[in-house]
Amino acid sequence: MISQFFILSSKGDPLIYKDFRGDCGGRDIPELFYRKLMGLPGGESPVVMHHDDRHFIHIRHSGLYLVATTSENVSPFSLLELLSRLATLLGDYCGSLSEGTISRNVALVYELLDEVLDYGYVQTTSTEMLRNFIQTEPVVSKPFSLFDLSSVGLFGAETQQSKVAPSSAASRPVLSSRSDQSQKNEVFLDVVERLSVLIASNGSLLKVDVQGEIRLKSFLPNGSEMRIGLTEEFCVGKSELRGYGPGIRVDEVSFHSSVNLDEFESHRILRLQPPQGELTVMRYQLSDDLSSPLPFRLFPTVQWDRGSGRLQIYLKLRCDLPPKSQALNIRLHLPLPRGVVSLSQELSSPDQKAELGEGALRWDLPRVQGGSLLSGLFQMDVPGLQGPASHGSSTSAPPLGLGPASLSFELPRHTCSGLQVRFLRLSFRPCGNANPHKWVRHLSHSDAYVIRI
Amino acid sequence: MPYLGSEDVVKELKKALCNPHVQADRLRYRNVIQRVIRMPGVQEYIQQPVLNGLRDKASYVRRVAVLGCAKMHNLHGDSEVDGALVNELYSLLRDQDPIVVVNCLRSLEEILKQEGGVVINKPIAHHLLNRMSKLDQWGQAEVLNFLLRYQPRSEEELFDILNLLDSFLKSSSPGVVMGATKLFLILAKKFPHVQTDVLVRVKGPLLAACSSESRELCFAALCHVRQILHSLPGHFSSHYKKFFCSYSEPHYIKLQKVEVLCELVNDENVQQVLEELRGYCMDVSADFAQAAIFAIGGIAKTYTDQCVQILTELLGLRQEHITTVVVQTFRDLVWLCPQCTEAVCQALPGCEENIQDNEGKQALIWLLGVHGERIPNAPYVLEDFVENVKSETFPAVKMELLAALMRLFLSRPAECQDMLGRLLYYCIEEEKDMAVRDRGLFYYRLLLVGIDEVKKVLCSPKSDPSLGLLEDQTERPVNSWASDFNTLVPVYGKAHWALISKCQKAEHHGPLLPPKTSFATSGHLVSEENKEGVQEPSDSEALMLVPNLQLTAEYFEKTWLSLEVAHQQVLPWQGEVHPDTLQMALQVVNIQTIAMSRAGAQPWKAYLSAQDETGCLFLTELLLEPENSEMQVSVKLSEARTERLHSFFSVLETVIGTIGDIKS
Repeated sequence: MISQFFILSSKGDPLIYKDFRGDCGGRDIPELFYRKLMGLPGGESPVVMHHDDRHFIHIRHSGLYLVATTSENVSPFSLLELLSRLATLLGDYCGSLSEGTISRNVALVYELLDEVLDYGYVQTTSTEMLRNFIQTEPVVSKPFSLFDLSSVGLFGAETQQSKVAPSSAASRPVLSSRSDQSQKNEVFLDVVERLSVLIASNGSLLKVDVQGEIRLKSFLPNGSEMRIGLTEEFCVGKSELRGYGPGIRVDEVSFHSSVNLDEFESHRILRLQPPQGELTVMRYQLSDDLSSPLPFRLFPTVQWDRGSGRLQIYLKLRCDLPPKSQALNIRLHLPLPRGVVSLSQELSSPDQKAELGEGALRWDLPRVQGGSLLSGLFQMDVPGLQGPASHGSSTSAPPLGLGPASLSFELPRHTCSGLQVRFLRLSFRPCGNANPHKWVRHLSHSDAYVIRI
Repeated sequence: MPYLGSEDVVKELKKALCNPHVQADRLRYRNVIQRVIRMPGVQEYIQQPVLNGLRDKASYVRRVAVLGCAKMHNLHGDSEVDGALVNELYSLLRDQDPIVVVNCLRSLEEILKQEGGVVINKPIAHHLLNRMSKLDQWGQAEVLNFLLRYQPRSEEELFDILNLLDSFLKSSSPGVVMGATKLFLILAKKFPHVQTDVLVRVKGPLLAACSSESRELCFAALCHVRQILHSLPGHFSSHYKKFFCSYSEPHYIKLQKVEVLCELVNDENVQQVLEELRGYCMDVSADFAQAAIFAIGGIAKTYTDQCVQILTELLGLRQEHITTVVVQTFRDLVWLCPQCTEAVCQALPGCEENIQDNEGKQALIWLLGVHGERIPNAPYVLEDFVENVKSETFPAVKMELLAALMRLFLSRPAECQDMLGRLLYYCIEEEKDMAVRDRGLFYYRLLLVGIDEVKKVLCSPKSDPSLGLLEDQTERPVNSWASDFNTLVPVYGKAHWALISKCQKAEHHGPLLPPKTSFATSGHLVSEENKEGVQEPSDSEALMLVPNLQLTAEYFEKTWLSLEVAHQQVLPWQGEVHPDTLQMALQVVNIQTIAMSRAGAQPWKAYLSAQDETGCLFLTELLLEPENSEMQVSVKLSEARTERLHSFFSVLETVIGTIGDIKS
């Protein structure tokens, strides 16, 4: 049971405020929440806060705070889930979720909230059911602009790839204006994997964790059935074995409740009738046992001259992807000892960039081809950090505050688990319009790729 | 809110509600019920449409009507439960539409709150269980929560239910999985092996939530992992890598993960976990680094040697924020695990250069005092502190220094005698802090009595391993926290939660405590926070205003015109009036607003009414002339009773004073 729901901008301005039960005081609640949030001591969690007998539970989504208050001891999982579902729903109806779209579509948002929650109780969150009740038309900002291309989002957005849908294609409302007949029948299917890796200083692999999702955004008319064929060697759990090769193994899989699994056992085919809007079809995890090699290895050499306070770091980065694939937007972040002043660098190719900032070294590589080897030599002065002279002039032990290095990157058209979508078939043919557009995309990106030095 | 002259609006609404066709348009029906229901004065017209709505053909109308019953009941306040309505709602539990069913449960729960909520008997429980698959995830989570209060009659029935529930443990929604887990844990109270089994099965979903993209979900899951670890320490040990922190995570998640790592450590993973924690100790964030060091200290109670070695290495980094925490950890560790004293004493020399803060100095001085006989340079380190005692700002450090030097004097008198004398002289003659001076005098007189007495007082035990056993958290039975699972309790932490619920209780009883007079006289003492507090004093013997007084505007007008003004007074007021705020505040003390001008109207007027338990009516007019910056209050009484009038007026004055204070 929710007493109030409100959306705050990142600066704390209330965008949406709805009181469902009229049982608690005034409209200053959002302000109270923001004050509490800002005044929170560092280590404390902001997820759940309380004031008197009111609990504030919030999520942050695209820079906005979505907050629910309640006076009951509710289930945190359900409530957090509801908030993220609301975020998706608002995104579906307004095109995308941001301060601008919300404030342009206030009437629509209130209308949605009226339908989703009554007296603080969830009625329904299915896009399908809600469509019947929503009358307000979404206000879409600009149809397309080059500026949008710079942001790399999900669903058909890659800056440096040809032949992709522009990123704005997916960020349009599911309920686009009824008069607009030119509405495209499109469906976007993304296989997205998040990779978290920890590599010890001696190069041994400490932890590999892959969180994968198959996400669907559909603009197809209702009732169209869809069949998604996954790689046939896909197997779940340690014991199962399929095909003759090593197989594509994941530890655990969970499906959305609307997915029909009749053909999954035999042919690895998922059948579903997707509602319009966004949907997570399948989630899977895989840890420790990765069939393909890791995308990157880092070979660092550190020379530390205590006497003069000179620090020399030689980084070699090897990309172990297949030669045809490439990685984009690679950024290496290496915390440095305090008081580093100057940096001189020798980089292996001109499009790279390295700079100091916030006590760390940032090395940016716009793209790296599979199988290539890149290197960077960095020299720094650390005047404040002079150890006792009793040690030798140059020791192998790195100074305090150096490392661990963390990499962030994107791997388009590559999944670390090896899972691929074989085909996407639609049983429905819309009359009049051309064949629906299908966009299938595979993407891996780093969640935490840490290499100790 | 009815404004002055909104009679037309009310009439319009009445007409709309009487119209039998209103239900044909379900959206309009919903909107009318949702909005009108908060408006006092039109409730009587709502009742019939709501009851009709319960039997409507459209499921959408039934959903709205079922919740409408709860709204209606809550608006009536303490009116008694309508038995026929409750029966009707119970029968609607068999409705075709799943959302109607769930709404019925919610509505009954609210209507029957006084009697402990909706009753789940065997037929209802089994009916709900069979309908579960038809519900969406929100409905499932909620029904699982309602089923918690059902007690199966036999063991057979219990296991039947558990079998039915099994599929929900595999749901893709974490809310449903956790709800089902809780139900399992509660139902299988007497079968520990079933509970353990369920906790094994929920491991996967919990770990998935822990590495979820949503930070908030991740946090909630981590809190529940800790809860489970309290009972089953080995439960997540093989998954320790899932709890390694990543660079980009927010602080509160990192701290939770470190706590979890600390609790799941065992013989197999201790090496890797310590290695990981050691990495965190050099984090750029000092807070996080210190938390990691304390975590190592926690693990050191079991794996002393490895931890002390790591901590000693950390001292070599010569970083202030690290050294001070390491020394504090050493102090606690030596007390609990005397076997590591030797190693700690060897590590200590040299670290005094890197300690600047109060806590760290105290810890170091204590260690030097108690174990000084094993640290060769202890007297010289303390001598430095004695030299600088004049510039020391913290009295606690000086006290610690006195005690430490006294102890060290007992074991190494020759090296300490001179500086002890100097320190005592300083403390007694020059120190300004009375506590320090007293302590100095006390030691001085103790020394005068003789060395044997000093030994008796100061030679306390140097360690107490039994404390470690006490502190060591014994495995708590699952049943001790099963009822807290999937609630806010683990998320807040048990201690914090106890504090919150205690505050809430105090809030409920608190307002009875303050004497009535203080409220009557001083309005501005009542701050916004305890606005509610105003209500209860007015309840005490003097004046009791009836809540939910229903008075029509016509009746008010007639009575107002027929009565004389009993009391008129002018209260200070700055600026404009916010009618909503004022109305809400008055509602709290059971004064009803009959009518009010719009915000900003000039002159601004409001008519209020209240009635006490003897039936005496208080009618009030508020008149605000903005140019005078004051509010004229006129009160009329249906019975001439002066002391009632005064207590009523003081309540009114308090409210107006409070609202005025908030404004200004």
